[in-house]
Amino acid sequence: MNFIPKLDRRSFVVGTAAAGGGLALGLTLPFGNALAQTASPEVNAWVVIKPDETVVIRIARSEMGQGTLTGLAQLVAEELECDWSKVTTEYPTPGQSVARKRAWGDFSTGGSRGIRESHEYVRKGGAAARMMLVQAAADQWKVPASECTVSKGVISHGASSRSTTYGKVADAAAKVTPPTDIKLKDPKDWTIAGKPLKRLDTVEKTNGQMIYGIDVKLPNMLIAAIKDCPVFGGKLKSYDEAKVAGMKGVKKVLRVNDSTVAVVADTYWHAKTALDALPIVWDDGENVKVSSETIAAWLKEGLADDQPAFVGNQNGDIKDAIAKASRTVEAVYAYPYQNHAPMEPMNATALFTGDRCEVWTGTQNGEAAFAGVLAESGLTPDKCDVHKVMLGGGFGRRGMTDYVRQAVAIAKQMPGTPIKMMWSREEDMLHGKFHPVTQCRMVGSFDDKNNLTGFRMRLSGQSILASVLPARMENGKDPVAFQGLNPRGEAAFGYSVPNLLIDHSMRNPPVPPGFWRGVNVNHNAIYVECFMDELAKSAGMDALEFRRKLMADKPKHLGVLNAVAEKIGWSTPAPQGVYRGLCHHMGFGSYVAGAVEISVLDDGKKIKIHRIVAATDPGYAVNPAQIERQVAGSFVYGLSALFFGECTVKGGRMEQENFDTYDSMRIAQMPKVEAILMPTGHTPWGGVGEPTICVAAPAVLNAYFNATGKRIRTFPLKNHGIGFA
Amino acid sequence: MIRLNINGKDYEVDVENDTPLLWAIRENAGLTGTKYGCGIAQCGACTVHVDGEAVRSCGMQASDAVGKKITTVEGLAVNGTMHRVQKAWIEHDVPQCGYCQSGMIMAVAALLKDKPKPTDQEIDEAITNICRCGTFQQVRAAIHTAAGSNA
Ligand code: FES
Ligand code: FES
Repeated sequence: MNFIPKLDRRSFVVGTAAAGGGLALGLTLPFGNALAQTASPEVNAWVVIKPDETVVIRIARSEMGQGTLTGLAQLVAEELECDWSKVTTEYPTPGQSVARKRAWGDFSTGGSRGIRESHEYVRKGGAAARMMLVQAAADQWKVPASECTVSKGVISHGASSRSTTYGKVADAAAKVTPPTDIKLKDPKDWTIAGKPLKRLDTVEKTNGQMIYGIDVKLPNMLIAAIKDCPVFGGKLKSYDEAKVAGMKGVKKVLRVNDSTVAVVADTYWHAKTALDALPIVWDDGENVKVSSETIAAWLKEGLADDQPAFVGNQNGDIKDAIAKASRTVEAVYAYPYQNHAPMEPMNATALFTGDRCEVWTGTQNGEAAFAGVLAESGLTPDKCDVHKVMLGGGFGRRGMTDYVRQAVAIAKQMPGTPIKMMWSREEDMLHGKFHPVTQCRMVGSFDDKNNLTGFRMRLSGQSILASVLPARMENGKDPVAFQGLNPRGEAAFGYSVPNLLIDHSMRNPPVPPGFWRGVNVNHNAIYVECFMDELAKSAGMDALEFRRKLMADKPKHLGVLNAVAEKIGWSTPAPQGVYRGLCHHMGFGSYVAGAVEISVLDDGKKIKIHRIVAATDPGYAVNPAQIERQVAGSFVYGLSALFFGECTVKGGRMEQENFDTYDSMRIAQMPKVEAILMPTGHTPWGGVGEPTICVAAPAVLNAYFNATGKRIRTFPLKNHGIGFA
Repeated sequence: MIRLNINGKDYEVDVENDTPLLWAIRENAGLTGTKYGCGIAQCGACTVHVDGEAVRSCGMQASDAVGKKITTVEGLAVNGTMHRVQKAWIEHDVPQCGYCQSGMIMAVAALLKDKPKPTDQEIDEAITNICRCGTFQQVRAAIHTAAGSNA
């Protein structure tokens, strides 16, 4: 598979009408919004075929590195039966989607749902387009469509030895009545989907041509640098504009909203230099009293049984099991705040002309960004649009729209001038939407025959939903808090214990949380899977055997766990000085497991990871090569979090402002990941961008215990003086 | 106004003495392949070559690059032929989001000039760029491929 399809690079003009005053904006964007400029009519919403046989597949979800763009294109192309080497992609805009009654469905790209929640309708889109193209050829030849065959974009009628191509009949196909009865291929018969094809967006990511939000250029554009009050919930009291008004390049100093000030200048460097020099007075407000310590103390209270809590999973009688236990094991764990820290800090470019507002930005959710533009601009949907560009990482952060709204708020005060608002890394670190903090107390009860009779888990801590999507709360309860702990569904608990209680005492500190790649499985997996090893130790049993006893009716969980155990060689002794750990979990519809081999140096202060084995069962695999990369990358993200990841609160604000205090793994620290991809064909399909992250930490922590006898229950490891060898 | 030679072309850029080379390249010369990630020489996203050496351009003043040959990722290909590192990157499908990759590629190209066949340990020591997507496995494999093609 070494073909590299050409990217659809074109210059286009964002219509003069769009810019109000006859201003034509020429810009080159690789996946830009060019639907209006596509000369060929579309066959349907998903497919445009040009006379030169180029196949343009429209993708509503966002590409942020996870490979969704290529994977979704594979699914459409599979049913379309086109020539993959002719495939290019483009993003429809949310504005067009609104105008066409949401023809492309959901734009949101989070929760690992890019493929798993749209595969059916995009495949149908491809199949419908194929049927229309074949029908158009059949009509021309006056033969029944059923007598025609199609392969790689060539339609043939065997009986009359005629053939034509998609490019030649595309115009006619656009006029064919869309079919209603659409049959999809059995995945067994896939030839494009399911294959480890190369990504469609690689070339421009190796020659500097890919356009990210930070690279957007518009004529007469100015740059804005901003500071939002570092203390959460604080306000902007005043600033002394006169002090910077004369500085080079400075055009304007303005209040963005209640808590944010911006300097607008000709370049970012000028804007940032002036912003740094700008005297600003903040009204810190109440939260200045909040610190990591006050938050931890409040969460700790929530661990007590008598504190009110929402139940997520329950069976048997846990009180009775604990009361009658011959012995119990108890442990308390905690997980810190973490920043997503995508490599590209937040940014957005906005142009407001009084009666129109358009935004260019990297967003995981075009529709949410669009809603943000509407709200901030006060304009109606027909007067706004969002043009998506490549994301320099998302990890959940770019599903939020705070930065989009800020850009619009600035542009609104400078009508007619495009404003590119760029955050510094420092701004990005201070104003993340943080991985929530939780603490967890667990109790395991054993009978006198060493059987685990009860498992009690109390989570105390922050709800993401309560802050981000309150409409999805269920009578005050955050159902997502129980990711990986649920009785059933796409994030089901992997064990059966006769008496079980898992509940959540919700405590929401004034720090904005967000969906951080992996979301709530990250801490839930650490808690459960480290504690399972603690229980196994107490029972004097092997960690794998102990788990297996509790997993007799969890065949899919067990499947991935067994796979990693076998590959790492669990039943055979590890090499001298090498220690193993393993774990498993379920999230986003996928079963995942991890096993590692480590050694420790310097009295346990240094960890060397020798091997990582990971198994994933997502049901169906659309692009195995990209899944392998997601799995390997998940370990980098998850182990960076385990070793380094903590944002601490002091005086109501975050203390870490850049990578010098918020480190990330380097190549030297990362062994090869031996990925086992074992799709077992379950529906609904599972995702792959997120689930694996959660098995990275517990596998290493369990191996670390086996190596040192030390059980680490608070994170990151740097707080214990432990680092990479 | 200073003169910078970037990818073999002279640019007259109107910057202050303390303007980092990164921003002179991105904003004044308009070459946006070189990325901003941290501004404090931690991440490597801004890596370019100055007289053939890998330099984190956020940590160098533009004025210190006067009279030197600056190469950015846009200038790595010669006469339309991709550099062997770029070819290896494509062969191994290295980039995920791709944002760190300009800097990663420039760091690797400089390494291979010094050490045409780097060992894993030499790679570990020389390549310290951050990649939040976690492409290290493909980066390592692609470095070895690029080094092989140099033999
Ligand atoms: S931006 Fe220069 S090293 Fe990070
Ligand atoms: S590819 Fe995304 S940060 Fe490296």
